[in-house]
Order: sequence, then C-alpha cells, then structure tokens
Amino acid sequence: MIELENVSYGYGSGELLTEMSLKLAPGSFHFLTGPSGAGKTTFLKLLYAELMPSAGQVTAFGNDVRSMARDDIALLRRRVGVVHQDCQFLDHLSLAENVALPLTVADREIDTRELVELLGWVGLKAQMDSLPPALSGGERQRAALARAVIMAPDVILADEPTGNVDWEMSLKLLTLLVELNRMGKTIVIATHDMNLIRSAKAQVAARVLRIKGRRLHLAGADL
Amino acid sequence: MKRYLVLARAFLASDLQSDRVVPPSGFTARLTVFAAAAMAFLAVFALALSFAAGRLSDRWSDALAQSATIRVSAPQDQIDRQVTAVMGVLETTPGIASARQLPPEETQALLAPWFGPDLPVETLPIPALIELVEGGGGFDAEGLRLRLQAEAPGAVLDDHDRWRRPLVAAAGRMKLLATGSLLLIGAAMAAMITLAAQAALAANGQVIRVLRLVGARDVYIARAFVRRFTLRAAGGAAVGAALAMIAVALIPAGDDGEGFLTGLSFEGGEWIWPLLLPLMAAGVAFAATRAAALRALKGLM
Repeated sequence: MIELENVSYGYGSGELLTEMSLKLAPGSFHFLTGPSGAGKTTFLKLLYAELMPSAGQVTAFGNDVRSMARDDIALLRRRVGVVHQDCQFLDHLSLAENVALPLTVADREIDTRELVELLGWVGLKAQMDSLPPALSGGERQRAALARAVIMAPDVILADEPTGNVDWEMSLKLLTLLVELNRMGKTIVIATHDMNLIRSAKAQVAARVLRIKGRRLHLAGADL
Repeated sequence: MKRYLVLARAFLASDLQSDRVVPPSGFTARLTVFAAAAMAFLAVFALALSFAAGRLSDRWSDALAQSATIRVSAPQDQIDRQVTAVMGVLETTPGIASARQLPPEETQALLAPWFGPDLPVETLPIPALIELVEGGGGFDAEGLRLRLQAEAPGAVLDDHDRWRRPLVAAAGRMKLLATGSLLLIGAAMAAMITLAAQAALAANGQVIRVLRLVGARDVYIARAFVRRFTLRAAGGAAVGAALAMIAVALIPAGDDGEGFLTGLSFEGGEWIWPLLLPLMAAGVAFAATRAAALRALKGLM
C-alpha cells in the first residue's frame, strides 16, 4: 500500500531520517516509537505526502509521491486517514460538520444516518452540534479518529492519538483502532506510550518500529 | 458557450457547504465591497467623461468643419468693393452652399463680450465678415485663398482648421484620459481585491491546511474564496455604479449644450455601459482571487 525505500529526510543542512525502508501491507498494524524529536511525526508526514523525501522513494498505492500532481496528492489523502497530534478542526463548524469534512471536500453526499452512527461509535453523538473549542481533549481525539475513518480509507495514521487523554480514554481509542484493523484497515500509530503498545499486542498482531539514531528499527522483540 | 453557461450556473448556484468551510471574514469582506463600490463609482464618472469628451469632439469637429469665415480688411472706401468681389468669387466656387455678410448688429454681438453692448461699430474700422457654409463635398481652401488674393487683396479666409484641430485633439486626449482612467481603476480594483484575498487566505492559513490534509483539491479551496470575493465585488460595484448613475443623472443640464461639465452625462444607449460595471468588477475579482488563491496554495503541500 505504502512503501518506503531508502528514504531520507532533512531539514536544511541536517538529516533527521536516514535510509528508511518499510512496506505497509494491507491489514497490518504498526506502532512507531522513539524518543521525542526522533522524527515520528516527520515519518508519518512522509507517508501521506505532506513532506517529500530528500532521498529515496515513497510509493503510495503504486505511485511515486514525488511525481504526483497536487490533485493526485489530494486524492491520496482521501485513501489515508490521519489523526493529527494536535487534532486540527475548523472551529466555526460543528463537530458533525468537521467529522464530515472529508466527504464535503470530496463533493460526496453526506448520509446523515451513517454520520450519526459513526459519531455514536466514537461516543460523540451527544456532542455532534458542539463547536470544537467546547470539546475536551479526549473528545477531540475521538472526533479526529471519526474524521479520519469517514472516507473508509485503506490506511489510518495516528500521531500520538492518546497524548492528551487519560489511560481509560487511551484504551477506548485503542479499541476503536483495533476494531478498524479487524475490518481490514492498515494502521500506523506513532506513540511513546509503552503500556498502550503492550495492551495492543494483547489484542492484535502488531509490529513495533522504533526510530533510533535517525534510522528505523524493528523493535518488537524487546517489548 | 453552453459550457460557460453551465460553469456560470454552477458558480452562482448556492454552494453552502463549499462556502461554509471558510469562516466568514468580516474585515476583508467589507474592504472588498467598499473598494468595488468606490471603484465602480469612479468608473461611472470616467465613462461619463469619456462619452462627454467624444460628444464634444464630434460637436466641435462638425460645427467648425461646416463653416468658414472671410475677413475683409481694407480702407473704408474699398471695403464694399472688395466684399462684392469676394461674394462674386464665392458664387463661382464649387462646394460652397451659401455665403452672407454679417450685418453690423451680428458683428456687434460678436464683439460685445470684449467691448460691451454699446460699441459704435459703424464708427470703428472693423473688418467686414462673411460667413460661408460648406456644401456637400466641401471646397478647396487653398484654391479659394489664391483667388481671393487676386480679386480682393484685403480678404483673408479662415476655414477654422487652426481652431478645430487643437480643440478636437484636446477632446480626443480627454477621451483617451478617461479610457486610461478606466483601465487604471480596473487595475487598482484588481490590486485591492488581490490584497484583500491574500489577507483572507493568510488569515485562514490553518483552515486551508486542514482542508488540504483531509483531501481537498486546490480548486475546491480556491472556489470558496473566489466565489465569495467575486460576489462581493459584484455587489459592491452594483451599489457604487447605481449611486454614481444617480449622481450623473442629477448633474444639471447646460443651457446651450456647449458647457463641458454640464455635458457630463450619458445619452440613450450609453446608459447600458455603467450597468455592465458590476459584471466587469466580478470578472476582475474572479481572475484576481483565483490567481491569488492558487498562488498561495502552491506553497502548501
């Protein structure tokens, strides 16, 4: 689905990520760990083409992202749902409108019943008319997850989805992501929460990747 | 043509979802409406000036081109003889419809603005004036001058050419100036709308980023801004043009139609042109906002 081949990325003169290779198979579940500032967010941005590699090749659904037109990148993002670390929303739109935003921008019809069902799945049915600033951290994370899955994407990338929520909420979000994986979605979660990874490994066959020394390592065995 | 109509209908059709993704932008909205209204107001006056200058140019050109004057300056005892000779020459000159000597009261009326109404014309050595009106094909001014020189040495032909040319040139330049003003007004409006659009795009940087991340194409994001600015520019221009048209209509008409400022108005079909200004403003806003939006979006992944 998404493949990285000897990918490097640098800001200015320094290199943040070096010669990373990875193949995200359909239906796989990956955790991405590493210390703060190791480049986890940058790595995810390379996967959904918000950043372009300075060396190597990122292939998404058979296409080299560097040769993709801007419109094609927009179409790629409809197949890759992203839960951002800072859960960016449009503050003037209601929660329901924010969750339905990917459908709106794709000029697709919004099925209100399905939308309400989705909001119910993430436990936000009662808040559907609320504006984002009125939501708690956990509610925002769940809303971001609902927005990421509304287009039924093939891949879901989550950047520290449990960073601002308590343990109970973290488990709830993890359960939702595991459910999505069981539905055949490919999941990549960037986190430094080892307890979350252990909980997930108890439910699903997850691979754990670690960014260390600018390189990507398989870290499953030492957890 | 059909394709453009479909596009226009899609553009004008209520696209609430597309509009709603970009939050209302109060300051830039007011700036655009005000700029478009002010520019349309000025454009109406520039248009009126252009039409007035054109009419004036035509009037001066026509009025002066169809007539000429012969001035006979000679000692008092020779004037009548030379006038008779001139009239004889004019009768046999092709291209002259009529000729008549101005009676003393008309001569007095011509001099009244400078010497007052009580001027004793008969006691002053004032030259005799003969007014002639051109016929269909016009006359050969140079040939007539040569014949007058031979028959009446005191007669001087003034075919108004030396008056007409600078007047017509001045009116032509006035028209050019008005046209240039219209272009400048259009360019200034495009610049202002571009600035307002850029301000709106900058203020909505976060919104645009979110839209890109959830899969919005550039044209979708640009459309929300373009539609908004185009409709505001058209609305503002409509108000500005309407106010200016009322103002032009209220300018008092001159007595003789010769006054330049009093001729600053539209006549007949000319009233259509200011009605087209909102459409032109919309076109300018559409092009300016689209260019600004697509340029700004290129900087984002």
